[in-house]
Formats: sequence, structure tokens, C-alpha cells
Amino acid sequence: MTPDFDKEAAEFHRRRRQRNWAILGALIGLVVLFYFISVARLLRG
Amino acid sequence: MSDTAINDRVGGASAPLDALSGPLHALAGTGQSRSDLAAGSEVRDWITLLKPRVLSLVVYSGVAGLLVAPGHMHPILAITAILCITIAAGAAGAINMWYDRDIDAVMRRTVNRPIPAGRIAPDSALAYGVGLAVFSVALMGLATNWLAAIVLAASILFYVFIYTVWLKRRTPQNIVIGGAAGAFPPLIGWVAMTGSISAEPLMLFAIIFFWTPPHFWALSLFAHADYARAGVPMLPVVAGARETRKQVLVYTVALLPVALSPWIMGFSGWIYGASALLLGLWFLKHAWAVWTDEQDEAGRSLTNDLPAKKCFKYSISYLFILLGMLVVDHLVLT
Repeated sequence: MTPDFDKEAAEFHRRRRQRNWAILGALIGLVVLFYFISVARLLRG
Repeated sequence: MSDTAINDRVGGASAPLDALSGPLHALAGTGQSRSDLAAGSEVRDWITLLKPRVLSLVVYSGVAGLLVAPGHMHPILAITAILCITIAAGAAGAINMWYDRDIDAVMRRTVNRPIPAGRIAPDSALAYGVGLAVFSVALMGLATNWLAAIVLAASILFYVFIYTVWLKRRTPQNIVIGGAAGAFPPLIGWVAMTGSISAEPLMLFAIIFFWTPPHFWALSLFAHADYARAGVPMLPVVAGARETRKQVLVYTVALLPVALSPWIMGFSGWIYGASALLLGLWFLKHAWAVWTDEQDEAGRSLTNDLPAKKCFKYSISYLFILLGMLVVDHLVLT
């Protein structure tokens, strides 16, 4: 394995990790948002 | 405003050259597989697809529409409504970038966008845009009301099909009719709050509708080289600089009474009325400077388009201050 290949593989994993964290954050954000929307709509009656 | 920011504003109005080129050509051009492309994308590329700089006006005008509408809404639901408007505008931007990837690849200021640069596969961008669009409409319906969701869906469909696919590459009037797409946010904000459409939000719609042509045509006077290269029929490319200057002035004159209409019709008070008059007269001064700019026989500027650049920058401030004063007027006088 060449150093270039190792570098590319590391970069690939870094980007994939970054996207996974972003997706996790978005999903958690949605859960929180839907929770508060439900509460707000219930309060409105 | 920096060149980057100006370019981004132009980017909101860019369009594709050849509808027949199809979604596969960007992939073919890069020689990468779909998974290779996805691996090369950063989170910021997916954010770039949403045209974040263009979103600032969308959010601002949507908030203005929401704040001046009568009634009360739970803050969480109001924030959700604005979030939906923002996501929908971003989704429409992503679909626009998907469709326009062929001309983006030949225009200097757009060549580094994620799709032409080969960092995001076209079909992934399309799926992302459509997914966000559907999500934003559904969330708007669930959180506020379904009329707001329908208007939101109409705004996305208008931007994608009427502006991007139909008008943009076919007529120099693309900005005029396409401007309606950018005029939707205050209307959606209003409908989210009230659940109905009345004359007042249509006035807000009309203000942005009439503001768009002088705003973009002032810009196009000094940034049309890319459009000419890509074959997009922007007014200066098709009708020349002199005609564009005239149209900037004509639409700025037309904008003045339209901007005053909320005050004339009694929907707003003197704070807004006086602001709209002063801001409009100042806009007219800039448009007049564009019209009378030192120019050659073809109407090309001999002053490096300085008046057009000033007019473009002022047009942005104009709309932000005008909508801001409408909100202030509403909060102070009602």
C-alpha cells in the first residue's frame, strides 16, 4: 500500500464519519422538533 | 458586498443550457462512480446545494410575513413554519443546481459547485432536493395548516418547473416571471399564521415581485459575461445594456406605488409609508444613475458599471429595510 492510498483512505473515512455525525445530529434535531411540535399543538387544543 | 456574495446572488438566477443533456453527463464528465462521488463530498457540499446565502432573504421575508399577520401562534410552531420555508427554498435550490449542472460547469463563478466539481452525484443531489421538498411541505401541513403547505408546495413547483425548467433558458423575461418564486415567502408566512389568503399578503408578494427585475438586471449589467458564455438569455445578453438600463428604471418606477400600497390601503401606518417613500425615492435615484451612466453607443458602461453595482447593493438594503420597517410599523402602531 502506498502512502497516497493510505492518505486517501483516511480522508474517505474522515468524510464518511463527518457525514454520519451530521445525519445523526439531524435525526436527533428532528426528534426534538417533533416532540415540541406535538406539545405545542396539544397546548393549542 | 464581496464578489463571492454577488456571485452567489447571481447563482440564484442561473439556469441550464441543454435540457436534453440529462442527469448522467456530470458523472460521465468526472469519470467517477456514484459511490466515489458520495465519498468525496463534505457536509458543507450538501449545505452548499441549498444555496445558503440566498436563503437569508427567504428567511427574513418569511419572518416578516409571519410577524405582520394578525393572530397568535405558539413560538415553536412559528419557528417550525420558518424552518419549513427555509428547507423548501433550499430544496428548490438543490433541484435547480441539479438541473443547471450543465451550464454551471461552463460558468466561471459556478464551476466549483458540488455537482459540476464532481463532489456530489447528480442523482444524489436530485434525491436530496426532492426529499427535503416533500419533508418541508408535510411538516408545514402538520405544524401549521394545510393551506400553508399547499402554497409552500406551489412555490417549490413554480421555482423548479416554471422558472428553472421552462423560462430561464428560453426568455429574457425569465427574471420577471421567475421573480414570483422569490415573492412567496411572506405570503407563506402570512398563511401559516392566519390559515387564509387576503389582500395584505398579496401586496407583500407584489413588492418582492416588482423588486426582483431591477435587482437582478442591475446585477446582470456587470455580471453577464458568464451568462453569455452559457447561452442563458439574460436581458443584457439578448437586448443589450441600454434596454436593460431602461428596464431597471421602469421597474423601479413601478415598484414605488406598489411598495406604498400597504400604507395607501390602510394595512400599515405612517412609519412604513414614510419609509417606503424615502427608500423608493432613493432607489429611483440609483436607477436613474444606471440609466444615465456614461456609456458607449451600445449602452456599455464607460465607468466600469459603478452605478449598476451601487444600485444592486442598494436594492438588497432596500428590501431588508422596507420589510423591517413594515414589521416595526406593525409592532409600534398596532
